[in-house]
Amino acid sequence: MRVGVFICHCGNNIAGTVDVARAAEETAKLPHVVYSTHYMYTCSEPGQDEIKQAIKRENLDRVVVAACSPRMHELTFRRTVEKAGLNRYFFEMANIREHISWIGENKELNTNKAIEAVRMAVEKVIRDKPLHSTAFKINKRVLVIGAGVAGMQSALDCADGGLDVVLVEKSPAIGGMMARLDKTFPTIDCSICILGPKMVDVAQHEHISLHAYSEIEEIKGYVGNYQVKVRKKTPYVDWTKCTGCGECMEKCPTKNAYDRFNFGVAPTRAINIPFPQAIPKKATIDAQYCRQIQKGKCGVCAKVCRANAINFELPDQFVTEEVGAIIVASGYGLIDQELLPEYGGGRYPDVITGIQYERLLNASGPTSGHIQRPSDGTEPKSIVFVSCAGSRDKSIGIPYCSNFCCMYIAKQAILTKDHIPDSQSYVFYMDIRATGKGYDEFTRRAQEDYGAKYIRGRVSRIYPKGKKMIVQGADTLLGAKVEVEADLVVLATAATAAPGAAALAEKLHISYDTHGFYVESHPKLRPVETNTAGVYLAGAAQGPKDIPASVGQGSAAAAKVLALFSRDMLESDPAIARVNQNACVGCLKCVKTCPFQAIKEQELRGGEVVASVIETICAGCGVCTSTCPCGAIQLQHFTDNQLLAEVNSLCLS
Amino acid sequence: MIEKEYAYYAGCSLEGTASSYDRSIRVILKALGATLRETEDWSCCGSTPAHAMDHVLAGALAARNLAIVERMETATLTTPCPSCLSAFKKAHAKVTQDKAFSDEVNQLLDLPYKGGVKAKSTLQVIYEDVGPDAVTSKVTTVLPDLKAACYYGCILSRPPKLAAFDDPENPVSMDRLLAACGVDVRDFVFKTECCGAAFGVPKKEMVLRLTHKVLTMVQDCGANCVVVACPLCQQNLDLRQAQVNRAMGSSFSIPILYFSQVLGLAFGFQPEELGLDKHIVSADALIRSRRPKGAEDAAPPVKEKARKSTAQGTAGKPGDAPGAEGTASAAKEA
Repeated sequence: MRVGVFICHCGNNIAGTVDVARAAEETAKLPHVVYSTHYMYTCSEPGQDEIKQAIKRENLDRVVVAACSPRMHELTFRRTVEKAGLNRYFFEMANIREHISWIGENKELNTNKAIEAVRMAVEKVIRDKPLHSTAFKINKRVLVIGAGVAGMQSALDCADGGLDVVLVEKSPAIGGMMARLDKTFPTIDCSICILGPKMVDVAQHEHISLHAYSEIEEIKGYVGNYQVKVRKKTPYVDWTKCTGCGECMEKCPTKNAYDRFNFGVAPTRAINIPFPQAIPKKATIDAQYCRQIQKGKCGVCAKVCRANAINFELPDQFVTEEVGAIIVASGYGLIDQELLPEYGGGRYPDVITGIQYERLLNASGPTSGHIQRPSDGTEPKSIVFVSCAGSRDKSIGIPYCSNFCCMYIAKQAILTKDHIPDSQSYVFYMDIRATGKGYDEFTRRAQEDYGAKYIRGRVSRIYPKGKKMIVQGADTLLGAKVEVEADLVVLATAATAAPGAAALAEKLHISYDTHGFYVESHPKLRPVETNTAGVYLAGAAQGPKDIPASVGQGSAAAAKVLALFSRDMLESDPAIARVNQNACVGCLKCVKTCPFQAIKEQELRGGEVVASVIETICAGCGVCTSTCPCGAIQLQHFTDNQLLAEVNSLCLS
Repeated sequence: MIEKEYAYYAGCSLEGTASSYDRSIRVILKALGATLRETEDWSCCGSTPAHAMDHVLAGALAARNLAIVERMETATLTTPCPSCLSAFKKAHAKVTQDKAFSDEVNQLLDLPYKGGVKAKSTLQVIYEDVGPDAVTSKVTTVLPDLKAACYYGCILSRPPKLAAFDDPENPVSMDRLLAACGVDVRDFVFKTECCGAAFGVPKKEMVLRLTHKVLTMVQDCGANCVVVACPLCQQNLDLRQAQVNRAMGSSFSIPILYFSQVLGLAFGFQPEELGLDKHIVSADALIRSRRPKGAEDAAPPVKEKARKSTAQGTAGKPGDAPGAEGTASAAKEA
């Protein structure tokens, strides 16, 4: 066997703390190694040419590159050796950057460790077997989870590109957070006026099938062939019959149901259509508040419904959709005021959140666009906005910036002046983060043209005094304590991951960060991909972001899916589990432990039962190999023999 | 009822200006079934004067007392004074987490402190180890005229990681203990506002201004007394109340009681047993109406109705809301 070793300097990233020349010299002495060299940038075009030429010149049949993480360049080098005529699995990578040069400062120790890493890779590469991918067909349908502005953009772009789209939305109506906003910054466009036409497009598009009031129950399969079980939650109304007339809502005697769409600004009925432009415009019963469902007495809606659509016995329904790719646009949530006891923790009616204020400003909101104090319905004259209410606060576990609050506060201050010309707005801020196009000019307008008083400092306490709320804080520019008497206080509460984000991530097998936001494949270069093939991200599910960024990501994710689906066949990864049926005793422990249900039992001609791997489903995780009591199931390219050879080489050194 | 033993550290204030706190704490803990073991040969806890000068000295002073308790083989040390508590907790945290600090401190001590003592405020002991239900079961007396504002001060629940007790911004332990005694507890928003602490000596006018603010809020929330758990808060609010009135032109006459005194009265003890006669602003007028539990059922229903309607008409004004409503609001916080 003739192994070639290529050690990369990665500029100074590796060469700075690893003596690459000595490493090349030492590794040249290893058994089977016939050629060892070092190069400034092995991944560059001349670097790859060097590998190809060495394979020909030295007649190499195995290659080891000691450089960065395989996640970065394994595929690059596999292609390189393949171009030079070797099987692409006759290649191993030793990670001497992330695992060695970046984390240790002692050059000698680092060099020794790098040599050991190469020795392990050599032991593995000489045991590599040639593997070949098989091609499989792609199902060219796409699932979009979440019908906020990001998800709708993805769905429309995919559908316009000719793909069939399955759009799943958790709440009874599409539109997400944007449908609740009054105006958008920095142009003061009416939010629903620009979103409404998109919502209609989604509803009417021949390539989009919408499951509203539905959640993802289970996801099976792999890129190109997913089976998704969707739970259609029961609205207790037959939506095929419901005409959206709204009569049930008017007659419903339960007048204190929590209004999820309006974030509890005013109560709603137990049966309701969330807002006038709702799509689908269908009624939903909130079981928690429905007298018929809770107490078995009422049924007023059923009596008044002319379409006979009410059905208190209607169960949840399940549909299974087959798709080839998934775009996750499940949005974000907001912290509960309970986390902010110094601001009242939700005890004071006249301390509200930014999204609640948005509903007060909105013409189709509970107050028809008249700003009223929740406590007594009077018009507030002095309004205090508190930015970073929870954001950038390590003490409650939210160290990050919520991204859009600075801008919407400026917008709300401007709108407040428009609604109530003799009002005065105050904004307590830490910094003004207005980095988008036209954003800084906009926050200046709020101050200079609309007279909003910006106070740099945090608010320490909010408490009631008579009918007023006293906002106590610091003006760090004056170096003084300030107190503002307010009629209404608006908290820019921190954005968080959407409720249930972690559970959804686990169904999708994608990663999420400590705050529950989904993790992209690479923060700079693969911002809408995940580490799970065929699953893409869009919008605030990946981190708080404003409308233009969400729309941009929605389109980007759609472009990724269209690119994926531009081929008819995909290549499978051959590094999967395989059963040696002669060694298998048929205990079938692997069937139970496989997290992907990729192993089935098979009866041989003699009647004995053995395990068998379904190649297209196996993800190559290796759980089965550690379960198998007789080593009959082996992960290709990572066999027990290969891993043990690596460990042995390390122990013998 | 608990049958538990605690090492007890009274501290300097409770030997002097706050002797009534000490007396009432001992009385109610005995009634609640706890045994207090004196910390023999105790010394200064190392609070304000020491830690303003030298952290190692402050740590050593606190650790000396902790080391004595450690040898008493009692796991928990309880002290009624938040300042002592804070000194003990700080010293314990630094000694157990910082080897270099621990070495420096133990070098100054005859007996080294090994880190085996848990310090708890007496309020925390009563709230967590005894619990409001057990407190209720001891109540024999009702205090119908008391409308309490619970004032926790700055360090009883803060900094949150060190104190590890109650909510740092909106503590409720005292509210709940008092509600458990049937006392009308007001929604008081300045629970953790600063009283001026030890600045009464170097910068009196600041303390008077801050104390005035607190007392004004007490009046605004409809309370007629302040219930505290800190000797320094008590001193600033009670001893300096006349100074506040002179400096700020106010006319407060608000009794400042320790929570242990209120619990003691509810358990049926006499004011003198609880040291109430030691206070500057007398609480006599407020507690005169106390009567055995159960007797309130005999109160004429007509009067009850009348009080309810007054309360609705003048909600928020001092001294008018009925007991039931205040207790309900305290229970709601729970």
